[in-house]
Amino acid sequence: MFARLTDDHLDDMGLTLDQLRSALRDYVEGMGALQQEIDTVEKLTIRGGFNKDREAEDFELDLIPGQITCIVGPTGSGKSRLLADIEWVAQGDTPTGRHILINGQVPDAKWRFSIEHKLVAQLSQNMNFVMDLSVEEFIRMHAESRFVANVDEKITSILVQANELAGESFTADTPITSLSGGQSRALMIADTAILSRSPIVLIDEIENAGIDRKKALALLIKEEKIVLMATHDPILALMGQRRLVIKNGGVAKIIETGQAERDNLEQLEILDRKLMALRHRIRQGETLETI
Amino acid sequence: MKFVTVSGPPSSGKTAIILQAIDALKERRFQIGVVKFDCLVTDDDKLYQKRGVPVRKGLSGALCPDHYFVSNIEACMKWGLEKDLDILISESAGLCNRCSPHIKDVTAICVIDNLSGIGTPKKIGPMLKAADIVVITKGDIVSQAEREVFASRVRQVNPKAVIMHVNGITGQGAFELSTLLAQTEEINTLKGKSLRFSMPAALCSYCLGETRIGDEYQMGNVRKIDLSSKPTAEGPKPLTLKIFLIRLALMRLASPERWKSCLPG
Ligand SMILES: Nc1nc2c(ncn2[C@@H]2O[C@H](COP(=O)(O)OP(=O)(O)OP(=O)(O)O)[C@@H](O)[C@H]2O)c(=O)[nH]1
Ligand SMILES: Nc1ncnc2c1ncn2[C@@H]1O[C@H](COP(=O)(O)OP(=O)(O)O)[C@@H](O)[C@H]1O
Ligand SMILES: [Mg+2]
Ligand SMILES: [Mg+2]
Ligand SMILES: [Zn+2]
Ligand SMILES: [Zn+2]
Repeated sequence: MFARLTDDHLDDMGLTLDQLRSALRDYVEGMGALQQEIDTVEKLTIRGGFNKDREAEDFELDLIPGQITCIVGPTGSGKSRLLADIEWVAQGDTPTGRHILINGQVPDAKWRFSIEHKLVAQLSQNMNFVMDLSVEEFIRMHAESRFVANVDEKITSILVQANELAGESFTADTPITSLSGGQSRALMIADTAILSRSPIVLIDEIENAGIDRKKALALLIKEEKIVLMATHDPILALMGQRRLVIKNGGVAKIIETGQAERDNLEQLEILDRKLMALRHRIRQGETLETI
Repeated sequence: MKFVTVSGPPSSGKTAIILQAIDALKERRFQIGVVKFDCLVTDDDKLYQKRGVPVRKGLSGALCPDHYFVSNIEACMKWGLEKDLDILISESAGLCNRCSPHIKDVTAICVIDNLSGIGTPKKIGPMLKAADIVVITKGDIVSQAEREVFASRVRQVNPKAVIMHVNGITGQGAFELSTLLAQTEEINTLKGKSLRFSMPAALCSYCLGETRIGDEYQMGNVRKIDLSSKPTAEGPKPLTLKIFLIRLALMRLASPERWKSCLPG
């Protein structure tokens, strides 16, 4: 193949033959890395650093797959910084001085930079699609970029799960840009749960998402993700195993969700269902003179 | 002094992420300066000035901005050294997808945004292919899946680069980028250094395949940047046709084979 390339060809590309060879080698190696099986994360450890006044946080916390940890605290307190420390696999080299361990060890540097071993998938607040594709084409493209096997099976299961989460149903042919806010979020969560290879999922406030939040979290946990969620929604907060209370840049308190809180969760869910029913009635054009 | 080249398509977020990284670097007590290269107009220098960052700009006018860049970057290095900077950052808009300002042994960053479409990484050429660090911006506007697809397209084009997501508005990822910048090698002259890719035919010695940096290698249509501290409002003046033709004739004499194929007669 190289023999047939003339100098003119190479000139047009601005390459020498050696540069082309090494680029090709890099490509093959890079694509090989993408197809490699990802290491499993059995435990993620956060070792405390300092708050903004340089006072020690003094905690060490293990997170395991299937657990939900909520992060609470006012704006500017340092919630995003904590999530960023995890994403960067901080080794005392961020403003907080925190350390992140994977499976009890200082992790390989590959977690930091590689696209193929990305530790964290993020479901952000702002969830738009910008690509001009149908739901099926979109999932297929994502699956192919991840070198996933059984693509058709995955497409079906993402579509089924997403429809479970969204109130209003959609099909494989629906253009992603015409999905409603709730449908978009449902598709993103199902897609992240089933296709993303990242073992950790960070969620930024999904409260007003128009989706079944409980089912959404259940799906992520079923897929053995470690879930961290910044939220102030009482129902979501109580669904977590624990809450990290952030103040002045540091983890000020760790609250384990106790039995009394769990019992109250049922009460909250009853209230929530009641509100949902009222919302439905408003949508149907009914009045709320009796509730 | 450390020196870093930042390039990327227009409006991809270069200034935004440089400003975010500068904020993080200032906390680490680094003295930073910027030179901005553009084609016709730019207001980026004002943005840098507002943050108290020493800045110089150069407008290339009718020339390919990357050609203009390479003819002037050595002088900019001297300016940075005079200002006693710890880090000099050059920002250049990649207006010509075929050229790239990246220099061998100088940390090269390419900034590209999630909104530009998944076909874009393939189209960008040497600017992306030869970068050490690829910064992807505007992740806040797209879905996780789209971020993953986009990043994997970037990976296909540049398998070796460190690929990072930095948000130009919230600053997410900027501290991490600043860590990489703080780790780059000290470098005090570009003498003897070469471009990573040769630039295609245009009108100066670099058009003719020259990659070495330094006055003695520059000939033909070379335009010099004004680094005096008085603000330069107007861009470069267009060449008169006569000078242009004389230069063209000189270039043909200097390298006849190269020009035969593309000129009539
Ligand atoms: N939503 C969002 N907008 C961004 C982000 N980064 C930059 N922008 C916006 O994108 C626009 C262009 O950003 P600039 O930093 O000026 O882009 P540039 O690459 O320096 O542009 P030129 O120098 O003119 O080529 C600005 O309005 C920024 O506020 C980001 O991460 N998210
Ligand atoms: N322990 C810390 N030491 C120093 N700076 C911190 C610390 N924690 C957070 N910060 C800084 O405080 C600012 C606000 O934090 P951020 O995480 O954005 O808050 P939130 O997401 O809760 O609104 C950021 O600039 C962040 O880098
Ligand atoms: Mg935040
Ligand atoms: Mg700019
Ligand atoms: Zn060019
Ligand atoms: Zn030139």
